Amino acid sequence: MRSIQQSLDRFHEVGIRPVAISVDPPEASRDLCQKAGYTFTFLSDPKAEAIRRYDLVHAGQGINGQDIARPAEFLLDSSGTVRWVNLTENYWVRARPEQILEAAKAIQ
Amino acid sequence: MKTQGINWPIWTGFLLSLIALLSYPFVFVNWPVTRDFPWANLLLFGIAAVLLFVGVRRAFSPDRRRISKIAASVLATFGVLVLGFFIFSFFIASRWLPAAHGAPKVGQKAPDFTLADTNNKQVSLTSLFSEPINGRAAKGVLLIFYRGYW
Repeated sequence: MRSIQQSLDRFHEVGIRPVAISVDPPEASRDLCQKAGYTFTFLSDPKAEAIRRYDLVHAGQGINGQDIARPAEFLLDSSGTVRWVNLTENYWVRARPEQILEAAKAIQ
Repeated sequence: MKTQGINWPIWTGFLLSLIALLSYPFVFVNWPVTRDFPWANLLLFGIAAVLLFVGVRRAFSPDRRRISKIAASVLATFGVLVLGFFIFSFFIASRWLPAAHGAPKVGQKAPDFTLADTNNKQVSLTSLFSEPINGRAAKGVLLIFYRGYW
């Protein structure tokens, strides 16, 4: 998230809107954004409905055993078609902004 | 004659192993270069291991008291356990992720959704495209699914 925020201007320059999605309630995400200085959109999916639709449910991994999302990134073009996907195999390892910006060149 | 001095290498080594563990989630995770492979933490663990080894050798020299040998053995064991825990957390447990075979693939249409933003406003995938970015039409949306902090 931090690296996305740091590259936010570059994403906006090429017309890409980053959006973060998790099961966190809106209040929790608001706190996170305030504390960490994130200014892009954070969406709340407490029942993991969208997460389930994208087949990203990591069952029972929340603190109270609730379903959460496994990390994943999707780059969609303006028709809503997936143009690039990253399904990491290790949740500590995420896509770097440079990789995403490189993939974004194809949808200019 | 029994020496009374503190066995500095063993204590420093033990403390450093804790720092090596905790500095990953609190510090090094913030930069991709130290996050994607935890070389900085493994380096700290390496230094900690040398200190623990030196400390154990020192504790087992004939002029040290028995309590020093016990303390050194316990601290060295904990140091090794901390390293084991780090390796387990980073290289093993963090890979236990569902395969997501049904996730949308390149060329497929992304499923629509409507979710609340941080102001409790309902936001749909369509509206993420229709809202301009810096006055210009959005060319794409990057969806970042993350585990969250619950």
